[in-house]
Amino acid sequence: MSDWLDTFWAIYSNLVLTIGINALLALSIWLTLSCGLLAMANAAFMGLGAYTASLLTINAGAPFPVAVLAGVALPTVVALIVGLPTLRLSGVYLAMATLGFGEVVRIVLLNADSLTGGALGLSGIPQLTQWWHIVLAALIVLLVLRQLRRSRIGRALEAIKEDQVAASLMGVDVMAHKMLAFALGAAIAGLAGALSAHLSSYIGPGEFGFDRGVDILTMTIFGGIGGLTGPVLGAAVITVLPELLRSFRDYRTMINGAILVLVVLFLPKGLWDPARMRSWFGRKPSYAPTTGADSPSAEGPR
Amino acid sequence: MSALTSPSASAVSAPAPMLALDKVSKRFGGLSVLEDVSFAVPKGCVFGLIGPNGAGKTTVFNLVTGLIAPTGGAITLGGESLIGKKPHRITRLGIARTFQNIRVFKEMTLRENVVVGMHTHLGYGVPQWLFSLPGYRAAERRAAERAEELLSWVGLGGRASDIADNLSYGGQRRLELARALATEPSLLLLDEPVAGMNSGEKDELMAVIGRIVSRGYTIFLIEHDMRFIMGLCERIAVINFGRVIAEGPPDAIRSDPAVIEAYLGREE
Amino acid sequence: MLEQQLVNALSLGCVYALFALGFTLVFGVLGVINLSHGAVFMVGAYAALAVVTHLAAPLWVALIVALLASGLLGLAIDFLVLRPLRHRNAPHLIPMIATIGIAIFFNSGVQGVFGAENLRFPSELVPDKQLTVAGIQISQLEVAIIVLSFALMAALMIVMRRTQLGRALRAIAESPKAAALLGINVEGLFYLTSFTAAALGGVGGVLIALYSNAVFPLMGQPMLHKGVAVIILGGMGDIRGALVGGLFLGFAEVLSVAYIGSTMRDAVAFGLLFLVLLVRPQGIFGKILERKA
Repeated sequence: MSDWLDTFWAIYSNLVLTIGINALLALSIWLTLSCGLLAMANAAFMGLGAYTASLLTINAGAPFPVAVLAGVALPTVVALIVGLPTLRLSGVYLAMATLGFGEVVRIVLLNADSLTGGALGLSGIPQLTQWWHIVLAALIVLLVLRQLRRSRIGRALEAIKEDQVAASLMGVDVMAHKMLAFALGAAIAGLAGALSAHLSSYIGPGEFGFDRGVDILTMTIFGGIGGLTGPVLGAAVITVLPELLRSFRDYRTMINGAILVLVVLFLPKGLWDPARMRSWFGRKPSYAPTTGADSPSAEGPR
Repeated sequence: MSALTSPSASAVSAPAPMLALDKVSKRFGGLSVLEDVSFAVPKGCVFGLIGPNGAGKTTVFNLVTGLIAPTGGAITLGGESLIGKKPHRITRLGIARTFQNIRVFKEMTLRENVVVGMHTHLGYGVPQWLFSLPGYRAAERRAAERAEELLSWVGLGGRASDIADNLSYGGQRRLELARALATEPSLLLLDEPVAGMNSGEKDELMAVIGRIVSRGYTIFLIEHDMRFIMGLCERIAVINFGRVIAEGPPDAIRSDPAVIEAYLGREE
Repeated sequence: MLEQQLVNALSLGCVYALFALGFTLVFGVLGVINLSHGAVFMVGAYAALAVVTHLAAPLWVALIVALLASGLLGLAIDFLVLRPLRHRNAPHLIPMIATIGIAIFFNSGVQGVFGAENLRFPSELVPDKQLTVAGIQISQLEVAIIVLSFALMAALMIVMRRTQLGRALRAIAESPKAAALLGINVEGLFYLTSFTAAALGGVGGVLIALYSNAVFPLMGQPMLHKGVAVIILGGMGDIRGALVGGLFLGFAEVLSVAYIGSTMRDAVAFGLLFLVLLVRPQGIFGKILERKA
């Protein structure tokens, strides 16, 4: 049995760890989507986190925890600065602005040769990421987000997503909450970036552009944005799918695209949709309890 | 037996809710929507705002709640200027409102909707919710209980776990009222609270509002239903084409020639 | 050599404007950010190339084929994907995400069929004879691009401003429900708009393929990014905005390459985009009003 496990790990460890990283990224986009923001900048924040952490370990010989912390802090600060003017925009304009911002970051990374290695990227990043780092990060992020959802902040984010004018008139500081979601999302993406860079030992500017952003979005939408399970599930499936479709390798990207369209058309709430599943099992669909009460679902079957 | 606390008890630091508009004007580009609007809503009063469609009534509400800024004039609550303040700050000063076109949070439960209104009063910090500390849990429990009370108060008792979107039109209006009350206001702005209701529902809501009134809330309401307005309000202001054409007690308004002329040909 | 740069800028700007035109039409009338516009643009170029290489057709025929191929593709996308989402009243970001999927699908599909390498139009077909106009060297192709772009844009503006059709389209842009109540065939006009916008994209694809002498599967993507910048600069949903924005971007890029250096060329587009969004999010001609249902 343990032989099998060893072999499994030898072959698939990278895949499993990549699922973990992608889960973090999917959760980071989930957070911004949970208050109605389509922010397409998380790939760029991941890149900022990856480069910051890597430059610190390579050039300054910084200890891993410090590098990771910096990889979390920098994108957060950038998000706060960028968010202030951008989050005033709504819907479509915000998506475009964050898309544009993402592209600016990619181009800067591409051109700041002396610092970032330009098009060649950074190689020789020490592979300091252990499997338990990723597991720990994922657990912490999941825990924080779960608690957040059940708090008044989570409720406020949900209200903002539904109707931000009404939310503001109920006393919710809409701008502050949006900034929180945006910056925290950037922090999580930065964390993913820092860990990922020290997993693969190489990063290049092309990895953090529009394509990555679309990948992350696909995972989250496919998995379902109703709760925290969806993004994680979506990340797992979308990461593993290319492996399963290895015989179709030329068509992998095509299939990704098709999946995105099909999910949007036929599974509007994504794969993991508690309401739909409850209706299949005959229970009355109701909103996940966030009043902080201890019991998971106070309603029970009716 | 009512669970509704009196405004003076809850609005600890809020000033006396005397809402005053002084020569308020609002122009959108070249279009003048409100011009030289002045009146005052005394504390504890039920004040009605009536006028033909498009006269500018909801604009007044939007100005007071900070959704838009006046082009000119002053708006004060108990002497404190409201101009330039963000909507959520104005709500914290004690003003709550309902909407002409209903704006409940459709996919949330009734309970959740009402608890959103309590956002500011839930006052627990990050460590509290992050670690599910007792303070957070107690606050949430109290919030859920209070939401149940407010819901029964408006006649939606026992349905706290229903999804707001499944409510009838009248039910959603009552939900908005409960949610507004949850913010613990001293001044309630009601924008056409009985629009689209049948007469049975209107009577029910009238009774609910009557009870709110008797607890000392100040109510400022917009309505088209004359029976409703005349029956409930102590003072009424009439707006036509963005200007106040009359103001006074219901009897005076009823017989005012300018008002009659403005309403010539209008039903209700 | 300033005049030479200006000519380059003008031609480049025209192609950007042509691309942005289709993009902004769909946004204005359908209310959707159609990120598959780049794929449609690319398909036009490939269609033209295929016709020219396999059927030895003249260039003007290829252009028409591109127009039709892209137009029909755009129509199909609207009918199969955007229409169901419309009827479901999906929040506007959902169609955008769907069009991303469509773009990925077609980009990699074309790559699978035609390969990823740069293909070229046969050189004898490219009208690169140099003319001298007022002392400036300009190729036939550039003249064609400029004339064609302006002609199409002028035609579009006339239709929008002076015809019943244009009035109907503007009514839909304001509020589709209200337009339907006025008896306008909203759904039919949606199809027409999708077709026209895509057709314009296809023409743009051929022009850029000739201009830069390259046809490759991902050629639509950089255009898409530029197109986003253009319509935000010029104002989303406004035709003049597409024209002005496209020209502006063309000039900014060419001049920055000439005077700053070519590496930051793409950064110019996004830097501008960002600046505009901070200062005047609605762009030069846009309105920031919410579109009514």
